[in-house]
Amino acid sequence: MEKTKLNINMQNEQDKAKDLIKSQGLRVLVCAGTGCVANGSLKVIEKFKELGANVSILTQYDKMTVVPTGCHGFCEQGVLVVIPDMKITYVKVKESDVEEIFESHIKNNKPVERLMYVDPKTHQHVPDDEHINFYAKQTRTALANCGNINAESIDEAIAVRGYEALAKVIEENNPDNVIETIEKSGLRGRGGGGFPTGRKWKFTAANRGGKSYIVCNGDEGDPGAFMDRSVMEGDPHKLLEGMAIAAFAIGADEGYIYVRAEYPLAIKRLRKAIKDAEERNFLGKNIMGSNFSLDIHIKEGAGAFVCGEETALIASIEGERGMPRPKPPFPANKGLFGRPTLINNVETLANVPVIILKGADWFSQMGTATSKGTKTFALTGDVNNTGLIEVPMGTTLREIIFDIGGGMRDGKKFKAVQIGGPSGGCLTEEHLDIPMDYDNLIRAGAMVGSGGLVVMSDKTCIVEVARFFMNFTQHESCGKCVPCREGTKNLLKILEKIVAGKGEMKDLDELEELAHVVKDGSLCGLGKTAPNPVLSTLKYFKDEYIAHIKDKKCPAGVCTAMKKVVINEDLCRGCTKCARVCPVGAIEGTVKNPHHINQEKCIKCEACLTNCPFRAIVLE
Amino acid sequence: MTDNKTLFIDGMEVEFSDEPNLLEVIRKAGLNVPTFCYRPDLTSFGACRMCVVEIEGRGIQSSCTMPPEAGLKVHLNTDRVRKIRKTVLELLLANHKCECLTCDKSGNCELQKYAMEYGITDIRFPKLEKEDYLPVDDYNPSIVRDPSKCILCGACVRACSEFQGHSVLGFVNRGSNTRIEPMNGRFLSQVDCVFCGQCQAVCPTGALTIKSSIDAVWEKINDSTKKVVVQIAPSVRVALGEEFNLEPGENTIGKIYAAARRLGFDLIFDTNFSADLTIMEEANEFVQRLTKGEKLPLFTSCCPAWVRYLETQHPELLSHLSTCKSPQGMLSPVLKEFLPKYYEGYKKEDIVVVSIMPCTAKKYEAIREQLINETDFVLTTKEFAKMIKAAGIDFRKLKEEEANSPFGQYTGAATIFGASGGVAEAAVRTAYNMVTGEELSNVDIKTLRGVDAKSRTKDLVVDIKGTSVKVRVVSTLKEAEKSLKEIKAGTSDFHILEVMACPGGCVNGGGQPISCSDSSIKEKRAEGLYEEDRNLEFRRSHQNPDIIKLYNECLGGKPGSEIAHHLLHTTYSDKFKGSYKDI
Repeated sequence: MEKTKLNINMQNEQDKAKDLIKSQGLRVLVCAGTGCVANGSLKVIEKFKELGANVSILTQYDKMTVVPTGCHGFCEQGVLVVIPDMKITYVKVKESDVEEIFESHIKNNKPVERLMYVDPKTHQHVPDDEHINFYAKQTRTALANCGNINAESIDEAIAVRGYEALAKVIEENNPDNVIETIEKSGLRGRGGGGFPTGRKWKFTAANRGGKSYIVCNGDEGDPGAFMDRSVMEGDPHKLLEGMAIAAFAIGADEGYIYVRAEYPLAIKRLRKAIKDAEERNFLGKNIMGSNFSLDIHIKEGAGAFVCGEETALIASIEGERGMPRPKPPFPANKGLFGRPTLINNVETLANVPVIILKGADWFSQMGTATSKGTKTFALTGDVNNTGLIEVPMGTTLREIIFDIGGGMRDGKKFKAVQIGGPSGGCLTEEHLDIPMDYDNLIRAGAMVGSGGLVVMSDKTCIVEVARFFMNFTQHESCGKCVPCREGTKNLLKILEKIVAGKGEMKDLDELEELAHVVKDGSLCGLGKTAPNPVLSTLKYFKDEYIAHIKDKKCPAGVCTAMKKVVINEDLCRGCTKCARVCPVGAIEGTVKNPHHINQEKCIKCEACLTNCPFRAIVLE
Repeated sequence: MTDNKTLFIDGMEVEFSDEPNLLEVIRKAGLNVPTFCYRPDLTSFGACRMCVVEIEGRGIQSSCTMPPEAGLKVHLNTDRVRKIRKTVLELLLANHKCECLTCDKSGNCELQKYAMEYGITDIRFPKLEKEDYLPVDDYNPSIVRDPSKCILCGACVRACSEFQGHSVLGFVNRGSNTRIEPMNGRFLSQVDCVFCGQCQAVCPTGALTIKSSIDAVWEKINDSTKKVVVQIAPSVRVALGEEFNLEPGENTIGKIYAAARRLGFDLIFDTNFSADLTIMEEANEFVQRLTKGEKLPLFTSCCPAWVRYLETQHPELLSHLSTCKSPQGMLSPVLKEFLPKYYEGYKKEDIVVVSIMPCTAKKYEAIREQLINETDFVLTTKEFAKMIKAAGIDFRKLKEEEANSPFGQYTGAATIFGASGGVAEAAVRTAYNMVTGEELSNVDIKTLRGVDAKSRTKDLVVDIKGTSVKVRVVSTLKEAEKSLKEIKAGTSDFHILEVMACPGGCVNGGGQPISCSDSSIKEKRAEGLYEEDRNLEFRRSHQNPDIIKLYNECLGGKPGSEIAHHLLHTTYSDKFKGSYKDI
């Protein structure tokens, strides 16, 4: 195949961009991701800018540039301020701290220890990312630039090799080769299902010739997951480049990014990125002087969880109600507006440019036999460090929870981890050392899903967790197919019955049987995976269900219905205070004699408990 | 394409050709799987999960959405499959307003049928409480909507959007709160519903039913001060028999006349007679417009759903609509006006006209302000069948009888009104004569025939003594909308536009016996009409001796006379204001 002559030299562009960055002087990176913005990072940025105006007079530096970046992932510690030239990461920075950083560190080269991260194990102040346990074990590829570049500057993206991979594939002019590289890399869909990306491209490319579409699925709906948002906010050009490469490979000339409207910052940055890329002719007509053209539109979703399902997403873009359609036909053959369509998740596409640049072998070195590369996870729950992480496939849960996560919070005991959000499952201590990849997790009864990781301690009620997720999927079911719409409703009813202390042993059989039918009979992935939290907890924590049903006890002490407020008669002096504060008149007794709580009347508000001067009232 | 196009159903080798899905292959093999949401004339939806089958290597698949592939090994009744079906039934029944004994759909309800077939005797799940019943919408003349009986199969939503392009019904909410509702939770009467009844015709349960006029008609029949006369629409004769286990398409008109007499109707007439009358007036109107260069194309006005559609959606095109009343609309005032002339003891104010129609929208037509008090009651084919059953009449054994004169005779041109294209064909037969004074040699205009999904738009060019007249026939409003777009864009070249809202025309009307699971039924009904046309003595409306007599004795001698205008023509009103397009 004849090479295409480009009207642009990416090396020159990169040099220019690098010079531009050099000319910025001292770069102060302040996180301007959604989390840090909520914590006040815009004020921090303003303050740095204000002080930076006089940097040449006051300090050794000629110039200082404050760079608002995308998410660093360590949102819990926000606002994060990184000064790469000084090898320093400050955490939990407030507007009022900026002056001190400037005076002490930038002016007098004395790091501000109190604003450094404190290692939960050693209790030492740690200066930079290399030493912060949260970052030390991570391998960032999809998130490589998030937090390190100005997300709204195309030059900064170019300086870190942005659009170089696109230039390469257009110049080489061999779309099949691109697909082969992706296939060889072993990249699998990061949206949850883990379908081999190269194969999906191949299926769509088989229909080359007519109108085709590339669609980016940015409808991140799992509660707690925010990796896609981070990429869109922190490195939008990488996503656009990934889409352009995919479009080139499959022969599409039009693309949609489906983003939920709750992500206004991502939408704003993507819009700017598209405009900037079009101005540089990295998108639009005849990209870089070739025959390849690509227009990318943004479609704002209304936030239905089910729209992350690819056929529902297509329906939504078409203006229909977001309801999944049966497959086959697959989108590769009949997708958006009836045309062949490739749908990839944000993180999947963000992995594409680096695979093209560094090669399939480089990528496939990372990971396990069946799952290559790295995966982002949203780590949260009872661990010391929570946030967005990226690790090679095959990393164990133990490494994630106890190294990156810094161990259990407040010395709590590890009990379980919920992986993959509402579609995933609960795993236990026995799974801590299995290498996490698509297939191992499925085997264990969970799934990678979007990559949510909720760590739970023995203070978490597992039945309540199952109820929580079932409540979520029930409300997010599109209502189309019977097993999902009616099945999840009845699963939820049974779980509600159990946590309310009204469960019967036969409920467990019914729960399990119905869960299997919902899994087997549902139309789309939402319904097929909705019972996973129930099935996995039934498998690993059946005792806890039985405790709720037979003993009417919640071992974690969470389910209020099981709680009993009682008065220790030995300690009660009969002061009557409890009886007076009780809003429902459930406490009986006479002055100076021990009181008694009528359990049938008690609403467990605990007003008596908090008001008892003798600590005679306890929760059982 | 490979030659080997066979697959295996429970071990049996089955050939397939162009079946769109596995379910059709299964049916072709003489087997079946249950389904609520699959309707051959609508797109496959895959929602009810009743038609699931187990395919080796592919797991559980809904057969209505699975394309047939060579070599598939399909199992229809495995444990997994049966468990899904039974659970689906239990889940649906738990959430269903189970008032089967008093439900209009009882006996025809698919939920009831499968619950029985699958032996659902106990429902494990908490049942819908009376307090949770949703309000019933019966604030329109045609359709009753009871959302608590809805199983959300989506057939009505698809019928409304795929047939009528109108989408007055849609899904709202999510999860277990999902419902099918008219826009903004309004009543059907408030959302420009045209009352075609196709939603009701595809509904597997009692969620959508026909608003019954049976009791009101009985009351009149039993009122000795009233003379209750009845008229029967063309397509009823080829469908009613199905309610009595006769074949679709079998013409039972003689038995229908007899049944009507047994029921106690005083005089029996045939809407076919007024279909001939309609052709006289409409062909005359067309010829007038053509020769005087007035507004063309001329739209037919027989279909009340189509008339309402124009009034609410495109009132600016109302001047195209023929001012002729529909055959129902013409016969009723003719009967009230002229029966006293021919029958002793008949007084205009005592005559009650009941019409038997294949159509739910005719109930709406009867209460149009321009037509009020002309047709008193409209019964659909289904309601009429119920009356016959309730009266203990053994329909199959009835001896054929004749209609009463003088408004009973009809021609072949009238009987084909019941199939899409029939009105246009009949009009051409007569218009030709009106312009040329000669008879069209070949009255079988096959180009305008066909009621299947491929025949929803049909074009014909006919040469009338040097003037070439272009005729466009469409069925479904979705298809009509395309022609309207052409007219608005100025690109249309046809002179007559025949529109029937139901796919295939009245043979497939919303009031006909249920036929949604077999698309060939409407074709057989249409064939029944064309067969009658072929066998009748007269096949051109202007040859009908009773019509000639009516004009001579009552209607001023010729079409378009003043009295004809007064009795047989109507006006339309702009109903755009307040319609959803206006909101």
